[in-house]
Amino acid sequence: MTIKGRVWKFGDDIDTDAIIPARYLNTSDPVELAKHVMEDADKAFPSKVKKGDVIVGGKNFGCGSSREHAPIAIKAAGVQTVVAKSFARIFFRNAFNIGLPIFECPELPENVSEGEVIQIDPAKGVIRTKKGEFKVKPIPPFMAELIGAGGLVEWTKKKLSARKKAGK
Amino acid sequence: MTITEKILAGHIVKSGGKKKKVSPGELINAKIDFVLANDITAPIAISEFKKIGARDVFDRKRVTFVPDHFAPQKDIKAAEQCRMLKDFSRDYRLAYYYEVGRMGVEHALLPEEGLVLPGDVIIGADSHTCTYGALGAFATGVGSTDVASAMATGELWFKVPESMKFIYHGRKLQKWVGGKDLILHTIGDIGVDGALYRAMEFEGEAISALPMHARLTMCNMAIEAGGKSGIIVPDGVTEKYVKGRAKRGYKFYMSDPKAVYAEIREYDARKIPLTVACPSLPSNTKPAAELSSISIDQVVVGSCTNGRLEDLREAAKIIKGRKVNPNVRMLVIPATQRIYREAMKEGLLDLFVAAEAVVSTPTCGPCLGGHMGILARGERALATTNRNFVGRMGHPESEVYLSGPAVAAASAVLGRIGVPEELGL
Repeated sequence: MTIKGRVWKFGDDIDTDAIIPARYLNTSDPVELAKHVMEDADKAFPSKVKKGDVIVGGKNFGCGSSREHAPIAIKAAGVQTVVAKSFARIFFRNAFNIGLPIFECPELPENVSEGEVIQIDPAKGVIRTKKGEFKVKPIPPFMAELIGAGGLVEWTKKKLSARKKAGK
Repeated sequence: MTITEKILAGHIVKSGGKKKKVSPGELINAKIDFVLANDITAPIAISEFKKIGARDVFDRKRVTFVPDHFAPQKDIKAAEQCRMLKDFSRDYRLAYYYEVGRMGVEHALLPEEGLVLPGDVIIGADSHTCTYGALGAFATGVGSTDVASAMATGELWFKVPESMKFIYHGRKLQKWVGGKDLILHTIGDIGVDGALYRAMEFEGEAISALPMHARLTMCNMAIEAGGKSGIIVPDGVTEKYVKGRAKRGYKFYMSDPKAVYAEIREYDARKIPLTVACPSLPSNTKPAAELSSISIDQVVVGSCTNGRLEDLREAAKIIKGRKVNPNVRMLVIPATQRIYREAMKEGLLDLFVAAEAVVSTPTCGPCLGGHMGILARGERALATTNRNFVGRMGHPESEVYLSGPAVAAASAVLGRIGVPEELGL
Protein backbone atom coordinates (compact mmCIF):
# COMPACT_ATOMS: atom_id res chain seq x y z
CA MET A 1 0.00 0.00 0.00
CA THR A 2 1.35 3.40 -0.89
CA ILE A 3 0.50 6.60 0.91
CA LYS A 4 -0.09 9.54 -1.38
CA GLY A 5 -0.70 13.03 -0.03
CA ARG A 6 -0.22 16.76 -0.20
CA VAL A 7 2.60 18.15 1.95
CA TRP A 8 2.42 20.74 4.75
CA LYS A 9 5.91 21.73 5.89
CA PHE A 10 6.99 22.65 9.41
CA GLY A 11 10.40 23.40 10.91
CA ASP A 12 12.59 21.88 13.64
CA ASP A 13 11.55 21.20 17.26
CA ILE A 14 7.78 21.37 16.67
CA ASP A 15 6.59 20.84 20.25
CA THR A 16 3.38 19.28 21.48
CA ASP A 17 2.12 22.69 22.67
CA ALA A 18 2.29 23.82 19.04
CA ILE A 19 0.61 20.60 17.84
CA ILE A 20 -2.24 20.88 20.35
CA PRO A 21 -2.07 23.74 22.88
CA ALA A 22 -2.73 22.72 26.49
CA ARG A 23 -5.58 25.22 26.71
CA TYR A 24 -7.67 22.75 24.69
CA LEU A 25 -6.82 19.71 26.78
CA ASN A 26 -9.86 19.85 29.00
CA THR A 27 -11.24 17.33 26.53
CA SER A 28 -9.85 14.24 24.83
CA ASP A 29 -12.50 14.17 22.09
CA PRO A 30 -10.56 13.68 18.82
CA VAL A 31 -13.00 15.85 16.80
CA GLU A 32 -12.59 18.77 19.22
CA LEU A 33 -8.81 18.37 19.29
CA ALA A 34 -8.61 18.30 15.48
CA LYS A 35 -10.18 21.77 15.35
CA HIS A 36 -7.00 23.18 16.92
CA VAL A 37 -4.33 20.96 15.38
CA MET A 38 -0.97 22.74 14.80
CA GLU A 39 -2.69 26.01 15.72
CA ASP A 40 0.22 27.59 17.58
CA ALA A 41 2.59 26.76 14.72
CA ASP A 42 0.18 27.96 11.99
CA LYS A 43 -3.10 29.51 13.08
CA ALA A 44 -4.83 28.78 9.75
CA PHE A 45 -3.75 25.14 9.63
CA PRO A 46 -6.96 23.59 11.00
CA SER A 47 -8.97 25.26 8.21
CA LYS A 48 -6.42 24.49 5.48
CA VAL A 49 -5.69 20.83 6.20
CA LYS A 50 -7.59 18.25 4.15
CA LYS A 51 -8.14 14.55 4.62
CA GLY A 52 -5.22 12.61 3.23
CA ASP A 53 -2.62 15.38 3.68
CA VAL A 54 0.88 14.71 4.96
CA ILE A 55 2.90 16.68 7.54
CA VAL A 56 6.64 17.04 6.98
CA GLY A 57 8.70 18.20 9.95
CA GLY A 58 12.34 18.86 10.74
CA LYS A 59 14.31 17.40 13.63
CA ASN A 60 12.85 16.50 17.05
CA PHE A 61 9.20 16.61 15.92
CA GLY A 62 6.76 16.25 18.82
CA CYS A 63 9.11 17.30 21.59
CA GLY A 64 7.74 18.39 24.95
CA SER A 65 4.84 16.85 26.77
CA SER A 66 3.66 13.25 26.74
CA ARG A 67 0.14 14.16 25.62
CA GLU A 68 -1.26 11.49 23.35
CA HIS A 69 -3.67 14.22 22.27
CA ALA A 70 -0.92 15.38 19.86
CA PRO A 71 -0.92 12.38 17.49
CA ILE A 72 -4.67 11.97 18.11
CA ALA A 73 -5.33 15.55 16.90
CA ILE A 74 -3.16 15.02 13.83
CA LYS A 75 -4.88 11.74 12.97
CA ALA A 76 -8.37 13.11 13.62
CA ALA A 77 -7.66 16.04 11.29
CA GLY A 78 -7.30 13.49 8.52
CA VAL A 79 -3.52 13.72 8.21
CA GLN A 80 -2.32 10.34 6.91
CA THR A 81 1.21 10.44 8.17
CA VAL A 82 4.03 12.58 9.55
CA VAL A 83 7.49 12.39 8.04
CA ALA A 84 10.30 14.13 9.94
CA LYS A 85 14.08 14.24 10.18
CA SER A 86 13.69 12.82 13.68
CA PHE A 87 11.00 12.43 16.34
CA ALA A 88 10.99 13.07 20.08
CA ARG A 89 10.68 9.67 21.73
CA ILE A 90 7.34 9.92 23.53
CA PHE A 91 5.63 11.23 20.37
CA PHE A 92 7.20 8.34 18.45
CA ARG A 93 5.77 5.77 20.90
CA ASN A 94 2.39 7.45 21.05
CA ALA A 95 1.98 7.64 17.27
CA PHE A 96 2.54 3.89 16.89
CA ASN A 97 0.37 3.09 19.91
CA ILE A 98 -2.63 4.93 18.45
CA GLY A 99 -2.07 3.78 14.88
CA LEU A 100 -0.71 6.93 13.20
CA PRO A 101 2.04 5.78 10.85
CA ILE A 102 5.13 8.00 10.96
CA PHE A 103 8.42 7.89 9.09
CA GLU A 104 11.92 9.20 9.72
CA CYS A 105 13.60 10.57 6.61
CA PRO A 106 16.42 13.05 7.30
CA GLU A 107 16.70 14.09 3.64
CA LEU A 108 13.05 14.76 2.89
CA PRO A 109 12.48 18.31 4.25
CA GLU A 110 15.17 19.75 1.96
CA ASN A 111 13.80 17.90 -1.04
CA VAL A 112 10.12 18.64 -0.94
CA SER A 113 8.04 21.80 -1.30
CA GLU A 114 4.86 22.79 0.47
CA GLY A 115 1.78 21.70 -1.44
CA GLU A 116 3.63 19.05 -3.42
CA VAL A 117 2.07 15.59 -3.61
CA ILE A 118 4.45 12.87 -2.45
CA GLN A 119 4.24 9.09 -2.46
CA ILE A 120 5.41 6.92 0.39
CA ASP A 121 5.98 3.22 -0.17
CA PRO A 122 6.31 1.72 3.34
CA ALA A 123 7.10 -1.77 2.04
CA LYS A 124 10.04 -0.55 -0.01
CA GLY A 125 10.96 2.14 2.55
CA VAL A 126 11.07 4.97 0.04
CA ILE A 127 9.46 8.36 -0.49
CA ARG A 128 9.08 9.79 -3.98
CA THR A 129 9.09 13.55 -4.54
CA LYS A 130 9.66 15.72 -7.63
CA LYS A 131 13.34 15.72 -6.72
CA GLY A 132 13.72 11.96 -6.59
CA GLU A 133 13.53 8.99 -4.27
CA PHE A 134 14.53 9.11 -0.62
CA LYS A 135 15.02 6.29 1.84
CA VAL A 136 13.10 6.19 5.11
CA LYS A 137 14.56 4.61 8.21
CA PRO A 138 13.15 1.09 8.63
CA ILE A 139 10.42 0.69 11.27
CA PRO A 140 11.83 -1.21 14.29
CA PRO A 141 10.58 -4.85 14.25
CA PHE A 142 8.61 -4.49 17.49
CA MET A 143 6.80 -1.41 16.17
CA ALA A 144 5.93 -3.42 13.05
CA GLU A 145 4.53 -6.13 15.35
CA LEU A 146 2.41 -3.48 17.13
CA ILE A 147 1.04 -2.21 13.84
CA GLY A 148 0.37 -5.79 12.74
CA ALA A 149 -1.59 -6.42 15.95
CA GLY A 150 -3.63 -3.27 15.34
CA GLY A 151 -2.03 -1.05 17.98
CA LEU A 152 -0.97 -1.45 21.60
CA VAL A 153 -4.47 -2.08 22.96
CA GLU A 154 -4.98 -5.09 20.68
CA TRP A 155 -1.44 -6.29 21.37
CA THR A 156 -2.06 -6.08 25.14
CA LYS A 157 -5.34 -7.99 24.78
CA LYS A 158 -3.47 -10.83 23.09
CA LYS A 159 -0.84 -10.80 25.80
CA LEU A 160 -3.43 -11.00 28.56
CA SER A 161 -5.26 -13.89 26.91
CA ALA A 162 -1.96 -15.74 26.42
CA ARG A 163 -1.27 -15.22 30.11
CA LYS A 164 -4.67 -16.59 31.01
CA LYS A 165 -4.04 -19.68 28.89
CA ALA A 166 -0.70 -20.24 30.59
CA GLY A 167 -2.63 -20.23 33.85
CA LYS A 168 -0.95 -17.23 35.43
CA MET B 1 26.68 -1.56 33.12
CA THR B 2 25.38 1.91 33.97
CA ILE B 3 22.85 2.38 36.77
CA THR B 4 20.11 2.67 34.14
CA GLU B 5 21.10 -0.61 32.47
CA LYS B 6 21.33 -2.36 35.86
CA ILE B 7 17.87 -1.22 36.95
CA LEU B 8 16.37 -2.33 33.64
CA ALA B 9 18.22 -5.67 33.77
CA GLY B 10 16.85 -6.17 37.27
CA HIS B 11 13.29 -5.67 36.01
CA ILE B 12 13.41 -7.69 32.83
CA VAL B 13 10.53 -10.10 32.29
CA LYS B 14 11.79 -13.32 30.84
CA SER B 15 10.58 -16.84 31.19
CA GLY B 16 13.26 -19.16 32.55
CA GLY B 17 15.01 -17.01 35.10
CA LYS B 18 16.36 -13.51 35.33
CA LYS B 19 18.53 -12.09 32.66
CA LYS B 20 21.62 -10.49 34.10
CA LYS B 21 22.77 -8.09 31.41
CA VAL B 22 21.23 -5.65 28.97
CA SER B 23 22.83 -3.45 26.31
CA PRO B 24 21.76 -0.13 24.77
CA GLY B 25 19.44 -0.57 21.81
CA GLU B 26 18.07 -3.87 23.09
CA LEU B 27 14.30 -4.14 23.31
CA ILE B 28 13.08 -5.50 26.62
CA ASN B 29 9.85 -6.13 28.44
CA ALA B 30 10.21 -4.75 31.97
CA LYS B 31 8.28 -5.12 35.19
CA ILE B 32 6.82 -1.80 36.29
CA ASP B 33 6.97 -0.69 39.94
CA PHE B 34 4.71 2.33 39.67
CA VAL B 35 2.31 3.85 37.13
CA LEU B 36 0.84 7.35 37.22
CA ALA B 37 -1.29 9.67 35.15
CA ASN B 38 -2.95 13.04 35.67
CA ASP B 39 -6.27 14.69 34.85
CA ILE B 40 -5.21 15.37 31.25
CA THR B 41 -3.72 11.99 30.43
CA ALA B 42 -5.64 9.59 32.68
CA PRO B 43 -9.01 9.95 30.87
CA ILE B 44 -7.51 8.47 27.70
CA ALA B 45 -5.64 5.84 29.73
CA ILE B 46 -8.88 4.84 31.43
CA SER B 47 -10.81 4.49 28.17
CA GLU B 48 -7.97 2.47 26.60
CA PHE B 49 -7.70 0.32 29.74
CA LYS B 50 -11.39 -0.46 29.42
CA LYS B 51 -10.93 -1.37 25.75
CA ILE B 52 -8.23 -3.85 26.75
CA GLY B 53 -10.87 -5.53 28.89
CA ALA B 54 -8.68 -6.32 31.90
CA ARG B 55 -10.70 -7.09 34.99
CA ASP B 56 -8.41 -5.32 37.37
CA VAL B 57 -5.26 -3.24 37.54
CA PHE B 58 -2.10 -5.27 38.08
CA ASP B 59 -1.59 -3.92 41.63
CA ARG B 60 -3.85 -1.44 43.40
CA LYS B 61 -0.93 0.00 45.36
CA ARG B 62 1.10 0.72 42.26
CA VAL B 63 -1.27 2.76 40.11
CA THR B 64 -2.29 6.30 40.98
CA PHE B 65 -3.99 9.25 39.34
CA VAL B 66 -3.29 12.81 40.43
CA PRO B 67 -5.66 15.60 39.38
CA ASP B 68 -3.21 18.50 39.23
CA HIS B 69 -3.13 20.13 35.80
CA PHE B 70 -6.56 21.75 35.64
CA ALA B 71 -7.35 21.25 39.34
CA PRO B 72 -8.94 22.75 41.35
CA GLN B 73 -11.36 22.05 38.50
CA LYS B 74 -11.18 25.12 36.29
CA ASP B 75 -14.29 24.54 34.16
CA ILE B 76 -16.98 21.96 33.49
CA LYS B 77 -14.94 19.96 30.97
CA ALA B 78 -11.95 19.83 33.35
CA ALA B 79 -14.26 18.80 36.17
CA GLU B 80 -15.61 15.94 34.04
CA GLN B 81 -12.06 14.76 33.41
CA CYS B 82 -11.11 14.93 37.09
CA ARG B 83 -14.25 13.02 37.94
CA MET B 84 -13.18 10.15 35.70
CA LEU B 85 -10.05 9.79 37.85
CA LYS B 86 -12.04 9.79 41.04
CA ASP B 87 -14.61 7.29 39.76
CA PHE B 88 -11.98 4.92 38.43
CA SER B 89 -9.96 5.10 41.65
CA ARG B 90 -13.07 4.20 43.62
CA ASP B 91 -14.38 1.51 41.24
CA TYR B 92 -11.02 -0.25 41.03
CA ARG B 93 -10.26 0.40 44.71
CA LEU B 94 -6.90 2.03 44.06
CA ALA B 95 -4.93 2.41 47.30
CA TYR B 96 -3.97 6.03 46.66
CA TYR B 97 -6.09 8.79 45.26
CA TYR B 98 -5.45 12.47 45.86
CA GLU B 99 -8.48 14.73 45.83
CA VAL B 100 -8.03 18.51 45.89
CA GLY B 101 -6.98 19.38 49.42
CA ARG B 102 -4.70 16.34 49.58
CA MET B 103 -3.14 16.50 46.17
CA GLY B 104 -0.11 18.30 44.85
CA VAL B 105 1.78 18.64 41.61
CA GLU B 106 2.35 14.96 40.85
CA HIS B 107 6.15 14.99 40.61
CA ALA B 108 6.49 16.85 43.89
CA LEU B 109 3.79 14.77 45.57
CA LEU B 110 4.82 11.19 44.78
CA PRO B 111 8.43 11.41 46.05
CA GLU B 112 7.17 13.25 49.14
CA GLU B 113 4.66 10.46 49.77
CA GLY B 114 7.35 7.78 49.39
CA LEU B 115 5.48 6.12 46.51
CA VAL B 116 8.36 6.32 44.03
CA LEU B 117 11.64 4.89 45.25
CA PRO B 118 15.28 4.17 44.45
CA GLY B 119 15.77 1.25 42.07
CA ASP B 120 12.21 1.46 40.71
CA VAL B 121 11.08 1.36 37.10
CA ILE B 122 8.38 4.06 36.95
CA ILE B 123 6.25 5.19 34.05
CA GLY B 124 3.92 8.15 33.98
CA ALA B 125 1.68 9.68 31.37
CA ASP B 126 3.45 12.96 31.90
CA SER B 127 6.76 13.87 30.34
CA HIS B 128 8.23 15.14 33.61
CA THR B 129 8.03 11.67 35.14
CA CYS B 130 11.81 11.71 34.62
CA THR B 131 11.97 13.75 37.87
CA TYR B 132 12.18 10.58 39.98
CA GLY B 133 15.60 9.73 38.54
CA ALA B 134 16.87 12.00 41.32
CA LEU B 135 16.11 9.12 43.70
CA GLY B 136 18.13 6.65 41.65
CA ALA B 137 15.13 5.22 39.80
CA PHE B 138 14.54 4.65 36.09
CA ALA B 139 11.56 6.91 35.43
CA THR B 140 10.23 7.98 32.08
CA GLY B 141 7.26 9.70 30.51
CA VAL B 142 5.02 7.76 28.16
CA GLY B 143 1.60 8.23 26.57
CA SER B 144 -1.81 7.28 27.89
CA THR B 145 -2.08 4.02 25.94
CA ASP B 146 1.27 2.87 27.32
CA VAL B 147 -0.08 3.60 30.79
CA ALA B 148 -3.25 1.63 30.02
CA SER B 149 -1.21 -1.37 28.90
CA ALA B 150 1.00 -1.22 32.01
CA MET B 151 -2.04 -0.82 34.29
CA ALA B 152 -3.38 -4.07 32.87
CA THR B 153 -0.18 -6.10 32.73
CA GLY B 154 2.32 -4.54 35.14
CA GLU B 155 4.80 -4.57 32.30
CA LEU B 156 5.92 -2.37 29.44
CA TRP B 157 8.37 -2.59 26.56
CA PHE B 158 11.44 -0.34 26.47
CA LYS B 159 14.41 0.16 24.26
CA VAL B 160 17.40 0.19 26.62
CA PRO B 161 18.76 3.73 26.22
CA GLU B 162 22.35 4.71 25.73
CA SER B 163 23.62 6.65 28.72
CA MET B 164 25.23 10.05 28.56
CA LYS B 165 27.27 11.23 31.54
CA PHE B 166 27.41 14.81 32.81
CA ILE B 167 30.13 15.57 35.35
CA TYR B 168 29.95 18.77 37.39
CA HIS B 169 33.28 19.56 39.02
CA GLY B 170 33.69 21.73 42.09
CA ARG B 171 31.65 21.62 45.27
CA LYS B 172 30.90 25.26 45.74
CA LEU B 173 28.41 26.94 43.44
CA GLN B 174 28.17 30.71 43.01
CA LYS B 175 25.82 32.54 45.34
CA TRP B 176 22.11 31.81 44.61
CA VAL B 177 23.04 29.31 41.88
CA GLY B 178 21.14 26.03 42.19
CA GLY B 179 19.94 22.92 40.39
CA LYS B 180 17.89 24.95 37.92
CA ASP B 181 20.93 26.89 36.76
CA LEU B 182 22.98 23.71 36.34
CA ILE B 183 20.32 22.03 34.23
CA LEU B 184 19.49 25.13 32.14
CA HIS B 185 23.20 25.61 31.48
CA THR B 186 23.44 21.96 30.40
CA ILE B 187 20.42 22.14 28.08
CA GLY B 188 21.85 25.37 26.66
CA ASP B 189 25.05 23.45 25.95
CA ILE B 190 23.59 20.33 24.30
CA GLY B 191 20.28 21.62 22.88
CA VAL B 192 16.67 20.43 23.13
CA ASP B 193 17.51 17.18 21.36
CA GLY B 194 21.05 16.88 22.72
CA ALA B 195 20.17 13.79 24.75
CA LEU B 196 17.43 12.40 22.48
CA TYR B 197 16.48 8.83 23.50
CA ARG B 198 19.32 8.78 26.05
CA ALA B 199 19.54 8.45 29.83
CA MET B 200 21.23 11.53 31.31
CA GLU B 201 23.36 10.56 34.30
CA PHE B 202 24.45 13.46 36.50
CA GLU B 203 27.48 13.13 38.76
CA GLY B 204 30.49 14.93 40.20
CA GLU B 205 31.36 16.84 43.35
CA ALA B 206 28.67 19.45 42.75
CA ILE B 207 25.98 16.77 42.44
CA SER B 208 27.15 14.95 45.58
CA ALA B 209 26.83 18.25 47.44
CA LEU B 210 23.41 18.99 45.94
CA PRO B 211 20.38 18.62 48.22
CA MET B 212 17.47 16.42 47.08
CA HIS B 213 15.15 19.25 45.98
CA ALA B 214 17.83 20.50 43.57
CA ARG B 215 18.46 16.99 42.26
CA LEU B 216 14.74 16.64 41.56
CA THR B 217 14.87 19.96 39.66
CA MET B 218 17.72 18.72 37.49
CA CYS B 219 16.23 15.33 36.63
CA ASN B 220 12.84 17.00 36.02
CA MET B 221 14.26 18.82 33.01
CA ALA B 222 16.07 15.87 31.37
CA ILE B 223 13.12 15.71 28.95
CA GLU B 224 13.85 19.29 27.85
CA ALA B 225 17.08 17.97 26.34
CA GLY B 226 15.15 15.12 24.70
CA GLY B 227 16.32 12.65 27.37
CA LYS B 228 14.42 9.45 28.05
CA SER B 229 15.37 9.80 31.69
CA GLY B 230 17.63 11.65 34.07
CA ILE B 231 19.35 9.82 36.91
CA ILE B 232 21.64 10.36 39.88
CA VAL B 233 23.33 7.42 41.62
CA PRO B 234 21.79 7.26 45.12
CA ASP B 235 23.89 8.19 48.14
CA GLY B 236 23.54 9.44 51.73
CA VAL B 237 21.36 12.36 50.60
CA THR B 238 19.00 9.88 48.92
CA GLU B 239 18.91 7.59 51.94
CA LYS B 240 18.10 10.49 54.23
CA TYR B 241 15.28 11.65 51.96
CA VAL B 242 13.71 8.25 51.46
CA LYS B 243 14.00 6.99 55.02
CA GLY B 244 10.76 7.35 56.92
CA ARG B 245 8.74 8.04 53.74
CA ALA B 246 9.15 4.83 51.74
CA LYS B 247 5.90 2.91 51.48
CA ARG B 248 7.71 -0.24 50.30
CA GLY B 249 11.23 -1.66 49.94
CA TYR B 250 13.82 -0.05 47.71
CA LYS B 251 17.21 -0.78 46.28
CA PHE B 252 20.29 1.29 45.53
CA TYR B 253 21.96 0.61 42.19
CA MET B 254 25.34 2.07 41.14
CA SER B 255 27.08 2.45 37.81
CA ASP B 256 30.11 0.22 37.29
CA PRO B 257 33.45 2.03 37.00
CA LYS B 258 33.79 0.43 33.55
CA ALA B 259 30.26 1.29 32.41
CA VAL B 260 30.06 2.51 28.81
CA TYR B 261 28.69 5.97 27.99
CA ALA B 262 27.73 7.27 24.56
CA GLU B 263 29.16 10.62 25.54
CA ILE B 264 30.68 12.32 28.59
CA ARG B 265 30.44 16.08 29.13
CA GLU B 266 32.19 17.93 31.93
CA TYR B 267 31.47 21.31 33.49
CA ASP B 268 33.16 23.48 36.08
CA ALA B 269 30.13 24.03 38.30
CA ARG B 270 31.85 26.92 40.07
CA LYS B 271 31.70 28.91 36.85
CA ILE B 272 28.02 28.32 36.04
CA PRO B 273 26.17 31.63 36.48
CA LEU B 274 22.54 32.33 37.35
CA THR B 275 20.93 31.26 34.09
CA VAL B 276 17.75 32.12 32.21
CA ALA B 277 16.22 30.34 29.21
CA CYS B 278 14.79 32.87 26.75
CA PRO B 279 11.80 32.24 24.46
CA SER B 280 10.92 29.86 22.93
CA LEU B 281 13.13 26.89 23.77
CA PRO B 282 14.65 25.78 27.09
CA SER B 283 18.01 25.61 25.29
CA ASN B 284 18.01 29.33 24.47
CA THR B 285 19.98 30.20 27.61
CA LYS B 286 21.82 33.34 28.70
CA PRO B 287 23.37 34.48 31.99
CA ALA B 288 20.58 36.24 33.94
CA ALA B 289 22.79 39.29 34.48
CA GLU B 290 22.81 39.95 30.72
CA LEU B 291 19.03 40.28 30.46
CA SER B 292 18.42 43.38 32.56
CA SER B 293 16.64 45.16 29.71
CA ILE B 294 13.80 42.60 29.64
CA SER B 295 10.72 43.95 31.41
CA ILE B 296 8.17 41.45 32.75
CA ASP B 297 4.45 41.34 33.52
CA GLN B 298 4.24 38.15 35.55
CA VAL B 299 6.43 35.98 37.77
CA VAL B 300 5.54 32.41 38.69
CA VAL B 301 7.32 30.52 41.46
CA GLY B 302 6.10 26.95 41.55
CA SER B 303 5.67 23.75 39.43
CA CYS B 304 7.15 20.26 39.53
CA THR B 305 10.49 21.88 38.72
CA ASN B 306 10.74 24.51 41.46
CA GLY B 307 7.71 24.46 43.73
CA ARG B 308 9.31 22.73 46.71
CA LEU B 309 9.76 24.16 50.19
CA GLU B 310 13.42 25.05 49.63
CA ASP B 311 12.46 26.92 46.44
CA LEU B 312 9.89 28.95 48.35
CA ARG B 313 12.42 29.67 51.09
CA GLU B 314 14.88 30.94 48.50
CA ALA B 315 12.30 33.25 46.93
CA ALA B 316 11.14 34.41 50.37
CA LYS B 317 14.67 35.43 51.37
CA ILE B 318 14.64 37.89 48.50
CA ILE B 319 11.04 39.04 48.86
CA LYS B 320 11.30 39.63 52.61
CA GLY B 321 10.75 43.30 53.41
CA ARG B 322 10.31 44.23 49.74
CA LYS B 323 7.35 44.76 47.44
CA VAL B 324 6.55 43.19 44.11
CA ASN B 325 7.02 45.82 41.40
CA PRO B 326 3.74 47.63 40.59
CA ASN B 327 3.92 46.45 36.96
CA VAL B 328 4.21 42.81 37.91
CA ARG B 329 1.86 40.16 39.25
CA MET B 330 3.68 37.47 41.19
CA LEU B 331 2.19 34.05 41.77
CA VAL B 332 3.62 31.65 44.31
CA ILE B 333 2.35 28.09 44.03
CA PRO B 334 3.50 25.63 46.70
CA ALA B 335 3.65 22.29 44.88
CA THR B 336 1.88 20.16 47.53
CA GLN B 337 -0.39 20.62 50.51
CA ARG B 338 2.43 19.59 52.82
CA ILE B 339 4.74 22.22 51.33
CA TYR B 340 1.91 24.76 51.59
CA ARG B 341 1.46 24.02 55.26
CA GLU B 342 5.18 24.05 56.05
CA ALA B 343 5.56 27.35 54.21
CA MET B 344 2.67 28.71 56.23
CA LYS B 345 4.22 27.57 59.52
CA GLU B 346 7.55 29.11 58.57
CA GLY B 347 5.83 32.40 57.79
CA LEU B 348 6.88 32.30 54.13
CA LEU B 349 3.35 32.70 52.79
CA ASP B 350 2.85 35.77 54.92
CA LEU B 351 6.05 37.28 53.50
CA PHE B 352 4.78 36.74 49.97
CA VAL B 353 1.35 38.19 50.64
CA ALA B 354 2.87 41.15 52.49
CA ALA B 355 5.00 41.77 49.40
CA GLU B 356 1.75 41.79 47.37
CA ALA B 357 2.30 38.45 45.68
CA VAL B 358 -0.51 35.92 45.28
CA VAL B 359 -0.30 32.52 46.95
CA SER B 360 -2.20 29.75 45.17
CA THR B 361 -3.32 26.30 46.15
CA PRO B 362 -1.16 23.56 44.57
CA THR B 363 -1.75 23.20 40.81
CA CYS B 364 0.21 22.96 37.57
CA GLY B 365 -2.02 25.87 36.54
CA PRO B 366 -0.12 28.51 34.59
CA CYS B 367 2.89 26.31 33.77
CA LEU B 368 1.04 24.81 30.83
CA GLY B 369 -1.27 27.76 30.24
CA GLY B 370 -4.08 25.96 32.00
CA HIS B 371 -5.45 28.49 34.48
CA MET B 372 -4.40 30.67 37.46
CA GLY B 373 -2.14 33.16 35.71
CA ILE B 374 -2.52 33.15 31.93
CA LEU B 375 -0.69 35.66 29.74
CA ALA B 376 -2.35 38.15 27.40
CA ARG B 377 -1.06 38.91 23.92
CA GLY B 378 2.34 40.56 24.20
CA GLU B 379 2.77 39.83 27.90
CA ARG B 380 5.99 38.40 29.25
CA ALA B 381 6.55 36.08 32.20
CA LEU B 382 9.55 34.85 34.11
CA ALA B 383 8.76 31.48 35.63
CA THR B 384 10.51 28.78 37.61
CA THR B 385 8.70 26.23 35.41
CA ASN B 386 10.22 24.00 32.75
CA ARG B 387 8.97 25.02 29.30
CA ASN B 388 8.91 28.27 27.37
CA PHE B 389 7.48 27.09 24.06
CA VAL B 390 5.30 29.45 21.99
CA GLY B 391 1.97 29.94 23.76
CA ARG B 392 2.96 27.77 26.70
CA MET B 393 1.53 30.12 29.36
CA GLY B 394 -1.21 31.73 27.34
CA HIS B 395 -1.53 33.76 24.16
CA PRO B 396 0.67 32.52 21.30
CA GLU B 397 2.18 36.01 21.18
CA SER B 398 3.12 36.03 24.86
CA GLU B 399 6.60 35.06 26.04
CA VAL B 400 8.02 32.89 28.81
CA TYR B 401 11.51 33.07 30.31
CA LEU B 402 12.69 30.33 32.69
CA SER B 403 14.87 30.68 35.79
CA GLY B 404 15.41 29.45 39.33
CA PRO B 405 13.52 30.94 42.31
CA ALA B 406 16.19 33.52 43.26
CA VAL B 407 16.21 35.23 39.86
CA ALA B 408 12.41 34.98 39.67
CA ALA B 409 11.93 36.70 43.04
CA ALA B 410 14.54 39.39 42.37
CA SER B 411 12.95 40.08 38.99
CA ALA B 412 9.49 40.36 40.55
CA VAL B 413 10.83 43.16 42.74
CA LEU B 414 12.76 44.85 39.93
CA GLY B 415 9.98 44.63 37.34
CA ARG B 416 12.51 43.28 34.86
CA ILE B 417 14.86 40.33 34.69
CA GLY B 418 17.56 40.82 37.27
CA VAL B 419 19.77 39.12 39.85
CA PRO B 420 19.67 39.27 43.69
CA GLU B 421 22.95 41.20 43.69
CA GLU B 422 21.09 44.23 42.32
CA LEU B 423 19.07 44.27 45.53
CA GLY B 424 22.22 44.11 47.61
CA LEU B 425 21.79 40.40 48.30
